[in-house]
Amino acid sequence: MIEVSIGKTFPRGEESAGFELNVEFEAKPSITVLYGPSGSGKTLTLDAIAGFVTPQRGRIELNGQILFDAGSRVSVLPRNRDCGYVFQNYALFPHMTVRQNLAFAATRLPRLERHRRTDELLERFHLTDLAGRKPRELSGGQKQRASIARALITQPKALLLDEPGRGLDAPLRTELYTILLDLKDTAKIPILLVTHDTEECFAVASNILLYENGRIVHRGSPLELLRNPATRAAATLLGDFTFFEAEVLTIDPARQTSTVRILGNAIHGPHLRGCFRGDRITLCARPEELRIAGKPGDNRVRRLPVHVMERPQAVRVDFGDGLTVDVPRDQWAARPDDLWVDIPAESLRQISR
Amino acid sequence: MQMDWFPLWLSLEVATIATALSAFAGVWLAWLLANRMFPGKDVVDAVTALPLALPPTVLGYYLLTVLGRNSWIGRAWENITGSPIVFTASAAVIAAMLHAIPLLVKSTRAALESVDHDFERAGRSLGASEWRVFWRISLPLARRPLAAATALAFARSLGDFGATLMIAGDIPGRTQTAAVAVFDAVESGNTAAARWMVLAISAITILLVFLSNRLERRRHA
Repeated sequence: MIEVSIGKTFPRGEESAGFELNVEFEAKPSITVLYGPSGSGKTLTLDAIAGFVTPQRGRIELNGQILFDAGSRVSVLPRNRDCGYVFQNYALFPHMTVRQNLAFAATRLPRLERHRRTDELLERFHLTDLAGRKPRELSGGQKQRASIARALITQPKALLLDEPGRGLDAPLRTELYTILLDLKDTAKIPILLVTHDTEECFAVASNILLYENGRIVHRGSPLELLRNPATRAAATLLGDFTFFEAEVLTIDPARQTSTVRILGNAIHGPHLRGCFRGDRITLCARPEELRIAGKPGDNRVRRLPVHVMERPQAVRVDFGDGLTVDVPRDQWAARPDDLWVDIPAESLRQISR
Repeated sequence: MQMDWFPLWLSLEVATIATALSAFAGVWLAWLLANRMFPGKDVVDAVTALPLALPPTVLGYYLLTVLGRNSWIGRAWENITGSPIVFTASAAVIAAMLHAIPLLVKSTRAALESVDHDFERAGRSLGASEWRVFWRISLPLARRPLAAATALAFARSLGDFGATLMIAGDIPGRTQTAAVAVFDAVESGNTAAARWMVLAISAITILLVFLSNRLERRRHA
């Protein structure tokens, strides 16, 4: 288990002028994904755990052992931290063969054990036939496997991966996900993965830490995150959300309901915590939760389609003002002339701006 | 006329020893400047580059002051080896080093800093000591520009004149290096000897610069 609670402020005038990192989290022996836009402090967090950068505040512990503590000025050297690190560009030593790359890492082991462990990992990552090659003679996927194998050879207590799927095409990504999920079950160590790729995030994450501007704005399982994005930025990152600028008309805490004005219509909504009549708020919904209808009714808004886009699963219809609805293909083909968009109360979620 | 090639052999010998010694000192200094933060780093950086800018005679004067028979270094050397340091071939080596080190430090530092830090980080995260990271990762990855710098430093050592003349003197058969011999030959009107020496030094230097450029270029290929 990794426990992190760190802060670092960059002075103005430097490259990352005024950037401030303040994060606190725990990572259990499963896959924790640090997810968020570039420049939000994900890699910086990883580097702080590995010991490549020194935070100004806080503490990092790995299985109860202190790696960093600002208060007592403790900072364990990177080489003694027992953290395997997979770099974005793999960082395989270009002047060594695959085998030498792995053996470089294993020098702390006795000679016989070193050979055994190198062979074992070469085998496990299907690299035995490529052992004599230099990194430049490997494909992207092979480099990927070699760098993970190398990081694992020291039997690290945690594995840190910086955007491992970047630059790989779909089949190789799938292979990567399989490797990672397999590692989660066999290695039983915390795996921290940095990504800004939604697919990667949902494919492997047991737990997601959503980064925004140096802070963790949301944490939870992928499903929790998808159901309840905390901020507009989070929802935008997850993609496919429709945003509504709404005005609160009524609030009924007893029945846990509300009425809001959306696109000029009074719509029933869920209970809105901390809101008062007259407040202007932002709500969001997923396109697949909205429906089309042929006649007026409760929670229905009359709209004309602006743009229609074919998607693999359904037809995505844009009704203007950011209102998008995923409609099953046959239903769209048999659509009525008069179109109403049905916005179920339970599809509306409140987000902070 | 009998051509005396002793100065050329002496120059090659002096340059070889000076380059070898400078390589150790230069690489160490470069590593220090590239990887470590320490008080007075800017001063060390500036002092290292100074011999490139100072007039050779000024440099020679300083060397005479520091290494002369009345200085404590000069006396200590004389006590240990039995002979003074100034006006010997050893002094020529020191004069040559003074020009080789700044060149080596500058290029080696640039070469070490150009090595992708992720490789070094990877080495550290795999449990390697700084020493091991340097020898197994940084140095091999910087070997081409390093070799280029060494070739250039050798050429520079080969041709030192001012400082060498001041501290090693112009003793034919003992401390007279090729560059000094050219000066001597021209002064005494021995144009044929001067011409041959000039041709030999030029040929060797052109070869070295060519080699250095090739090594430098291959790095980007």
